[in-house]
Amino acid sequence: MNNRFINWFRFASPQSFYPLAGKMIPWFWGLTAIFGVVGLWISFFVAPTDAVQGEGYRIIFIHVPASWMSMFIYLVMAAWAGLGLALNTRLSGMMAQALAPTGALMAFISLWTGAFWGKPMWGTWWVWDARLTSELILFFLYIGFIALQAAIDDARRADKAGAILALVGVVNVPIIYFSVKWWNTLHQGASVSVMKSPSMAQTMLWGMLIMALCFWMYSIAVALMRVRAIILERETHTEWVKELPEVKQ
Amino acid sequence: MKLRHKRIALIAGGLAAVGLAAAFVLNALDSNIALYITPSEVAAGKAPQGRAFRIGGMVREGSLRRDNLTVHFVITDTAKDIPVAYTGILPDLFKEGKGAVIQGRLDDAGVFTATEVLAKHDENYMPPEAQHAVEQAQRAQKTLQ
Repeated sequence: MNNRFINWFRFASPQSFYPLAGKMIPWFWGLTAIFGVVGLWISFFVAPTDAVQGEGYRIIFIHVPASWMSMFIYLVMAAWAGLGLALNTRLSGMMAQALAPTGALMAFISLWTGAFWGKPMWGTWWVWDARLTSELILFFLYIGFIALQAAIDDARRADKAGAILALVGVVNVPIIYFSVKWWNTLHQGASVSVMKSPSMAQTMLWGMLIMALCFWMYSIAVALMRVRAIILERETHTEWVKELPEVKQ
Repeated sequence: MKLRHKRIALIAGGLAAVGLAAAFVLNALDSNIALYITPSEVAAGKAPQGRAFRIGGMVREGSLRRDNLTVHFVITDTAKDIPVAYTGILPDLFKEGKGAVIQGRLDDAGVFTATEVLAKHDENYMPPEAQHAVEQAQRAQKTLQ
């Protein structure tokens, strides 16, 4: 169509995406390790103790990146699902399916670390405020998406059913994000946002951002590994999969 | 219009419809989603009668008083005050001048008998030295006024 640009549509076919993903995976694992080591080092040894919460605040270095990822992965998953519905591409459904377990893991980590922090700081593990409840709903949406896809045998139909669920659930993401602004919640407002300067010490902020990058890289690496497995599973009958050296042996 | 465009329009329309529906539902549920009400809202008679509810606000400076195992303090949103009595363990972050969310019942004398006290943390994270500097600056501002 146009020779000057890379033909992106070429990578929409599982056959050409499979080796590309394989090449990218080690890079993302490497970056995960680098950001992870630097991020954890800053979080534990460089970042100062918080004036009010003491050492317990350090859970934000896991909690906040996991919460961000849980929301962002959902948006990406829904975007893939929507793309799959609109363009009827096979890879889109596989990408959505590959992202869901990581998203569910992130939502779970977010809820779990939040509860651990909540007990000593707030005085309760759990409270039914808008932020916590909507994040729990996000976790259930992920679980529901995974379950629905697993329940339908035909992969293409499973993709479509899952895509509709994922798209309907998208409404929840802005609700999670803005819940602390819209309603009275026990959960504090955002410390870091696009609209205002961050309300935390510099080193704490750096630690958190680098940890967030680590979570990004991890999520991409794992999603790519999973999508490769899904491609192999769904395309077992094709010639190109049978020709793969790792399948041949 | 190609089939593809039709599907994109359908998805966009569907998303808009779901979003609108969610907005209406949330709007209707507004007061039920709020975890707590403020002392001003209690004063305006918005507190539910005869059942437990939550009040959120600041613990008034200098109002904390211990009487055996019961703690007494005043919760305020700077406009209205409500006296609170609570028997139990206070969370670590509970402090005068800081936010708290309290569950309990309002008795006829206007005292809020709490069954649960939660500390509300704000979005500020800073080392002790920075906290100290902020406090000093606030004190300086007060003497200037």
